[in-house]
Amino acid sequence: MTRMYNGKFGLWLFLTSEVMLFGALFSTYVLLRVGAPPGTWPMYGLTAPQGDQILSVPLATVNTVFLITSSVTMVMAWASLKMNEFAKGRIYLLVTFLLAGGFLVIKYFEYKSKLTHHQVILREAPPGEIASAISSVEVPGAVGKSTLYYVNGHVTEQNDEFIKIIPDAKAGEKAAAAGDGHGHEVKIDQTLVRRSTVWGPQASTYLAIYFTMTGLHGLHVIGGMIVILYLYLTAAGWWKRMPEKLVNRVECTGLYWHFVDLVWIFLFPVLYLL
Amino acid sequence: MGSSAEEIRSHVKVYLMIFAALLVLTLVTVGVSFLNVSIPMAIAIALVVAGIKGSLVACYFMHLISERGFVFWVLGICVVFFFALMFLPLITTHNHPLSIFIESVSGQRIGS
Repeated sequence: MTRMYNGKFGLWLFLTSEVMLFGALFSTYVLLRVGAPPGTWPMYGLTAPQGDQILSVPLATVNTVFLITSSVTMVMAWASLKMNEFAKGRIYLLVTFLLAGGFLVIKYFEYKSKLTHHQVILREAPPGEIASAISSVEVPGAVGKSTLYYVNGHVTEQNDEFIKIIPDAKAGEKAAAAGDGHGHEVKIDQTLVRRSTVWGPQASTYLAIYFTMTGLHGLHVIGGMIVILYLYLTAAGWWKRMPEKLVNRVECTGLYWHFVDLVWIFLFPVLYLL
Repeated sequence: MGSSAEEIRSHVKVYLMIFAALLVLTLVTVGVSFLNVSIPMAIAIALVVAGIKGSLVACYFMHLISERGFVFWVLGICVVFFFALMFLPLITTHNHPLSIFIESVSGQRIGS
């Protein structure tokens, strides 16, 4: 009835449940994105309401190329085995594994850069001596607009009395800032600080959905890598005993891997470019 | 999916062409984000390009284009529920006809 072997049909059923899993998160994203007050997405207090101020588009583009290429090597692994070219097929499996590893390494650096980057939100307008380092944004609220004062950058020292932070250059001022795109260190009294946080999931709704979606996708990449590595290590034995079974397993793993690629194809523009 | 070695050999060329198309479309996605277009237009273009890329992956790498039979029923049901899920947030929009209908039936205000 299904016109395919049971394992493959089972994999398709599994993928439909995966579609709904990621679909729920995409739906959540739409709800949060549409519900965000104008000019405040991705997060209150950013230098500009554009994802590429927090996220690195070039790195994500490289990651997209890695995943697309790994999809091709995966299907080539299956095609090689189908053509009785075992050695070639095994190499393609290894290349797929390495490309997936490359994707995770880049993701690690992306996460690390966010989890070491700070945002300090002030209770009130800053005093004159630090005012030039502080940015502000008009935030719509229940009783009209209010002004949010904030500074993004790297915290160098923090205690009960003050926070020392090297601010990022403000939007449009990067050329004027020090070579690394940062300004001079400023010292903020703790009595002025409403909230100080790294750019983790707790920092904003945008970063919460960003970490949830990319984290879940990353777990799928790790799962795929484990299966691909298992196939690579055991391929020789399977090829001797039951070659057809190996081909089917590679095909099923490929279906899963292409789905992981497919999810990223949508995650990339949604989180990084819109 | 055709299974003879000769058939597979001819498919390899198609895979490489799809690979090139996916790379070009990735560049298009990034390029469009730098264009000075309205946000709805940017979202529409990005999702259309992503949809084309996703279709290429599903049709050729996942071999959907050559599948027959029951799997399409399963995927069809999945697509219906997926779109239902995507449009679910619209119910939260105030004064939306669907919200008004649900509010009038249930007697409760949505989102309160």
